[in-house]
Amino acid sequence: MLAVLRREFKAYFTSPIAYVFIAVAYVVAGIFFYMGNILSNSTNMGSVFSSFFLFTLLFVPLLTMRMWADERRLKTDQALLTAPVSLFSLMMGKYLAAILVYLIAVSISLVFAVLVSISAVANWAMIIGSFVGTVLFGACVIAIGMFISALTESQLVAAVGSLFVSLLLLLVDFIASVMPTDFLKNVVGSLSFSSRYNDFAIGILDFANIFFFVSVCAVFVFLTIRVFEKRRWG
Amino acid sequence: MLEVKNLTKQYGYKRAVDDISFTVNRGEILGFLGPNGAGKSTTMNMITGYLSSTSGSVTIDGHDILDDPIAAKSKIGYLPELPPLYMDMTVQEYLDFMFDLKKVSLPKKQHIAEICALARITDVYTRMIRNLSKGYRQRVGVAQALLGNPDLLILDEPTVGLDPSQVVEIRNLIKELGKKHTVILSSHILSEVQATCERVIIIDHGHIVADNTPDGLARDMSTDHSVTVRLEGPVAEVHPALKALPDLVTCNVVGLREPPLVYEYTLEARPGVDIRRAVFAFAASHNWPLLTMRSAELTLEEIFLKITSGSYAAPAPVSQEEKAKIEAAVDSAVQEAASGDGSDLGKENDNKGGEE
Repeated sequence: MLAVLRREFKAYFTSPIAYVFIAVAYVVAGIFFYMGNILSNSTNMGSVFSSFFLFTLLFVPLLTMRMWADERRLKTDQALLTAPVSLFSLMMGKYLAAILVYLIAVSISLVFAVLVSISAVANWAMIIGSFVGTVLFGACVIAIGMFISALTESQLVAAVGSLFVSLLLLLVDFIASVMPTDFLKNVVGSLSFSSRYNDFAIGILDFANIFFFVSVCAVFVFLTIRVFEKRRWG
Repeated sequence: MLEVKNLTKQYGYKRAVDDISFTVNRGEILGFLGPNGAGKSTTMNMITGYLSSTSGSVTIDGHDILDDPIAAKSKIGYLPELPPLYMDMTVQEYLDFMFDLKKVSLPKKQHIAEICALARITDVYTRMIRNLSKGYRQRVGVAQALLGNPDLLILDEPTVGLDPSQVVEIRNLIKELGKKHTVILSSHILSEVQATCERVIIIDHGHIVADNTPDGLARDMSTDHSVTVRLEGPVAEVHPALKALPDLVTCNVVGLREPPLVYEYTLEARPGVDIRRAVFAFAASHNWPLLTMRSAELTLEEIFLKITSGSYAAPAPVSQEEKAKIEAAVDSAVQEAASGDGSDLGKENDNKGGEE
């Protein structure tokens, strides 16, 4: 697992992908930090964390598109799958590498938080809560992207597929609002990532939300493993 | 070492591999031969655990590849058809990665250096794989398979796309490896199998159609009643005169071989008739010098075509009937060779066998 993790992490940085991803994160967070905190003289980091929601949905597909699609296209998955390593540890190696890159990107918010704390009193409990939420949310989107990447040999299809899912996740609240019955409204609405994420962003660390995000991660990692099992047996 | 039992792979309606069984002993070099799409790669992928079998089992040193995959896989070094190389890594990084991935417990630096020397990639060690030529990439692929000195090496078409000198190098490397490891290599190039392997399995449409030594195959399938001769004499006279020989079925002029008068002819007698003495007497009586006479020993190419031609005629999967026919043909050839003096003659004239 560590071998795969190391290789994947390095691979992100030998291609421009990680640099672009991280740069975009810093620019987005920078803009919102400037407007939300510096211009308005606020210590509330909510706007920075809120900005990560859209950023994650739009740019994480960039990280995940090549995860398995490229391995399949170049047949390098044959080396991985015939090595004396379990499918789960291969999966976790790749997954954690992507999470690590994501972590580097979003941890700029912590740098900003330190900047805030220099000149004012930062609400660290709230910031940590929001940060944990951001990482959990990112891990979910990465898991979904990894799953989609395992379904295809084309990076492009993987990226478009993940973006499509992102779009759905953006629209879940809207879809929920036009559902005909209250029951359906509740069902669809509870799939919403944004309302849960907003709870985190404004500093509410709700166990139900943590549980939701962790389960989504687990389900998609599990599904990705199933994709490989199915391909072997198919 | 490796035991394959009733291995079958079904893709939808198509049976890519159909009930294959064989065992490979320690230290054997086994050639896996078949036309494109015969099921070679599928079989290899099942042995290495990349694909699972529809039914049947693969056991490596007592470890079943599906029940005990980690133990079984740790005994295998695999070079797939396309070497699984990461283009964005240097050879050094790649071998380091594969070393860690395979959890090899040998001293890392020393072991990798040894393998680089063996696969002759030491001079490209620090270069990006992307920038390597195909031959070097193939060798990096071989090096990757060798990491950890696995007991069983599986090489899928290891010399494909290489230039002739590289082909010779890789073949020598395989022979070298065969001294310590068990090697299975697949190929559709017969001379390669002939040059490197001690045993050949021919597979066609998912079935094993032959399993023998290369020379054994050549002997079994050869027809001792046809000969190739070179005679010095005017072709216009020699050809009709040859045709008049008793027991002769066909007589063809192959062409002028040594100007002005030496022509090559192929003669085929009725089955079971040895016409070599008659040909000698014929040449002597006409005073046409007989310069060459050899049995038309089949090359592995011809054997291959002969064995697989039954199914070439019918593109659909081989029916049981046809399969039985092919097997009967092989069996009768084997019996012929074993019972008559054909086997001795075969040996005498077995040029390729003599070299080995």
